[in-house]
Amino acid sequence: MTMTDTGQSQQTTIEADPNVPTITIVREFEAPRERVYRAWTDPELVAQWLGPKDTPTRIDHWNLETGGSYRYASMRDGEEIATFYGSFHEARTNERLVQTFTYDGVPDGVVLDIATFEDAGDGRTRVTILSVAQSFEERDAMIASGMEVGVVEGFAMLDELLAAE
Amino acid sequence: MGEDSLSRVFSALADPTRRDIVARLAVGDATVGQLAAPYDVSVQAVSKHLRVLEDAGLVSRSRDAQRRPCHLEAEVFDLMTKWIERYRQRAEERFGRLDAVLAAMDDEDDGRDREGGKRAAPARRDQQGEGS
Repeated sequence: MTMTDTGQSQQTTIEADPNVPTITIVREFEAPRERVYRAWTDPELVAQWLGPKDTPTRIDHWNLETGGSYRYASMRDGEEIATFYGSFHEARTNERLVQTFTYDGVPDGVVLDIATFEDAGDGRTRVTILSVAQSFEERDAMIASGMEVGVVEGFAMLDELLAAE
Repeated sequence: MGEDSLSRVFSALADPTRRDIVARLAVGDATVGQLAAPYDVSVQAVSKHLRVLEDAGLVSRSRDAQRRPCHLEAEVFDLMTKWIERYRQRAEERFGRLDAVLAAMDDEDDGRDREGGKRAAPARRDQQGEGS
């Protein structure tokens, strides 16, 4: 445990396991567990932080309960650029949220996300998200997709810049 | 590095013996015989592992030298680290937005029953006129 009380503890840590196709993300938040869980599960609040400003999230369906489901879209300039859906396998208030996640563009792909919410003391909350993919290929594609989107976003910005000339 | 190469790197490193070989090559170049020495396996088995590491681009072997020492290609690791770091940064950006949402939420809202769907925001006296 190398985390300190400085701003560093706020930083996201990530681990791609070499033995199993998982990604583990850990992040602490400056808020009590109840509030973090609510921001994580209230669709109006989720829409405020899930996507970047230039590709906001439009929540189409959100039934938060064990056995419930969700569906949302990423938007750009009022147009859908990607849609995602899944089920809430378990919604254990303030403690644990287990959900599946599928990107419509890769309909055979499904990731299991297990988020746990822990009291980290001093009104802070530690969230750990374990994402389990079906294969190393799928897990690595998830990691790589961040890069692709980043590049696509970069080009889109360049387009905008050039169009404004 | 494309997705396929990234997958090859990850699966090459999925084996504990190969990870150990990589860790030892990080210290310095070594021959197959030197690498095989501490293991309870044949030189052939170690060669097999080395081939997987070579295919993933993690290890190279000089063609000319007779001993053909194995060399760790550190830049492949750098690339992989960059991909993961990029993924981490995207998560951090998202959580930074969540920080802002959390900061804007009311304490008194904590634990309020959630009725699902859209609800009218309750009047919040202490947030009126609050600037950013």
